[in-house]
Amino acid sequence: MKFLSIVFISLFLIMQISQTVKAGTLANVKKNKLIKCGVSTGLVGFSAPNSKGKWSGLDVDFCKALSSAIFGSPNKVKFIPLSAQQRFTALQSGEVDILSRNTTRNLSRETNLGFNFAPVMYYDGQAFIVKKKSKAKSVKDLSGATICTQQGTSTEQNLAAYFRKHKLKLKVKVFESFEESTKTFVQGACDAYTSDKSSLAIFNVKFKSGFKILPEIISKEPLAPAVRHGDDQWLDIVSWTVYALVAAEELGLNSKNIHKHLKSRDLNIRKFVGATKGNGKALGLSKRWSYNIVKQVGNYGEIFSKNVGKKSILKIKRGLNNLWTKSGLMYSPPMK
Amino acid sequence: MKQKNIIQIIILFFVIAALGFVIYNTQQKIAAQNISSGFDFLQDEASFEISESLIEYSSFDTYKKALTVGLLNTLKVSILGNILALLLGILIGISLLSQNILLKKLCQSYVEIMRNTPLLLQLFFWYAIMNSLLPAPQEAISFAGTFFSNRGISIPWFEFSSFSWSYPKFKSFNFEGGYTLSLEFVALLFGLVVYTSAFIAEIVRAGLLSVQKGQWEASKTLGLSAWQSIRFVIFPQALRVAIPPLTSQILNLTKNSSLAVAIAFPDFVSVANTTMNQTGQALEVILLILLVYLTFSLLTAAFMNWYNKKISLVER
Repeated sequence: MKFLSIVFISLFLIMQISQTVKAGTLANVKKNKLIKCGVSTGLVGFSAPNSKGKWSGLDVDFCKALSSAIFGSPNKVKFIPLSAQQRFTALQSGEVDILSRNTTRNLSRETNLGFNFAPVMYYDGQAFIVKKKSKAKSVKDLSGATICTQQGTSTEQNLAAYFRKHKLKLKVKVFESFEESTKTFVQGACDAYTSDKSSLAIFNVKFKSGFKILPEIISKEPLAPAVRHGDDQWLDIVSWTVYALVAAEELGLNSKNIHKHLKSRDLNIRKFVGATKGNGKALGLSKRWSYNIVKQVGNYGEIFSKNVGKKSILKIKRGLNNLWTKSGLMYSPPMK
Repeated sequence: MKQKNIIQIIILFFVIAALGFVIYNTQQKIAAQNISSGFDFLQDEASFEISESLIEYSSFDTYKKALTVGLLNTLKVSILGNILALLLGILIGISLLSQNILLKKLCQSYVEIMRNTPLLLQLFFWYAIMNSLLPAPQEAISFAGTFFSNRGISIPWFEFSSFSWSYPKFKSFNFEGGYTLSLEFVALLFGLVVYTSAFIAEIVRAGLLSVQKGQWEASKTLGLSAWQSIRFVIFPQALRVAIPPLTSQILNLTKNSSLAVAIAFPDFVSVANTTMNQTGQALEVILLILLVYLTFSLLTAAFMNWYNKKISLVER
């Protein structure tokens, strides 16, 4: 009889699960008073837990911004660390509401995997790093070299494609974990290491600038948050949260000054802070949604600087991630 | 009795219903979200490189070919590993019963250390040790035409195509020519053999002890030397006890070889993981992994059962 009851309970659970996936994501999130946010298992600058178990990073701050937009508080987020292999299944099955995990937007993921990507949060590209004493000055000098990399991204494919195109000889060592692959490279068993450029910056922080990044960038890696197909309202909210972060920087609003703009005379700012009929209602959020994002989390420039830029240990330059007015690619459509 | 049967039928019904519901629900969800499914992706171009392969492979080949390369690599390390682990295990198993105290104690500590630490940790350990002890390829240790470096062991190799010997030579980054056993392969093989042989040694010891003392004495009386007694009298009898637990050790080694990806050896799981990441066909690829290991295990078990039957005592 015990077994019978187990069968009943599991049947019941399965039905429960299938029902939660059916309802709209926003309704579910509001009901649970929690956003389930899929992040990486630890990538400094994007999503990594500190010694107290608190998550920080660009991807983490995005989920906090989403929480501010929906709940008016940045802390209603549950961060769920996912390996590269787990991430897509976790989003498909509804284990997470949003995947904010340095994930490259591409065609096959948007179609075959059944996802929609929000606007890009970080323009990245694959690059190579070698030891300072290495003779290699460019990737083209690496023919016949052993190259270490980590499994689970488009890295392996880009690497093979680039070497094949330039008729270079390639030997790869593919590791499952980031730690083991970087350790092997640092120990000298590989001549070079390849990954997204943003994750190479950590080498010179950890190992006292003994490394140099080669100039070539061999791929386009626009990293963007992803949601499931078929929930347009949720996609709208996620997309416009990215845009709100960028728009705030365009408008010159940041976490320190935004409260002074509540009585601004600029129509765009009045709409942004919700002083006049804003965009909240159209999205199914409160009128202060974008005000809350900037007040509680910051604008795009602040988040960037804090996590990966000037004020972080990584010191990555804005580059493509600067505003379009400063020759970058960050551009928000009009918020009206 | 009758009531029990009815309950069992009801339970069976619910189990089947639950399974059916899971499968149906998965299919519905996959269809509803427009996720593509099926095994068509196996024909697509893999477009990633694999560092070592028993067959000709390049990134132009299909996922199917890439997975075959992984499968063969798993077979290579499993078959070699099992043979070496059996040899080493038997040797240590016999030494565990040795009269020589030093040898006996040494083997005992070996068994205890190996059996009581996790295999993954041991693999990391061996790999790290080999990586830090062996020099860069520029300063490789050479010995009789063989080079030891942190890229592996490069040995002279007989090329059948050109019918001549090919010698390893250092070229800008790595050794070319000859045959190179990669460090990953060496570390994995070594780790698996050393770990599994400790378990095999204990099984062999138990098997030898299960043979009655009278058998030792009888063979001694016949004038057989110690080695002859073991070879012709004791060992055949010990095998009967040892084969069933040995089978599970052989299966374990094969399954444990899937830890290869941790130290960058491209076994089946490693290639399958990459395939999964690139195609996003998680369900299908996991299914393939399950099928491959299930097939390996069932085939090994079938062979060992046949062998067990063959050597078992024929009662007249």
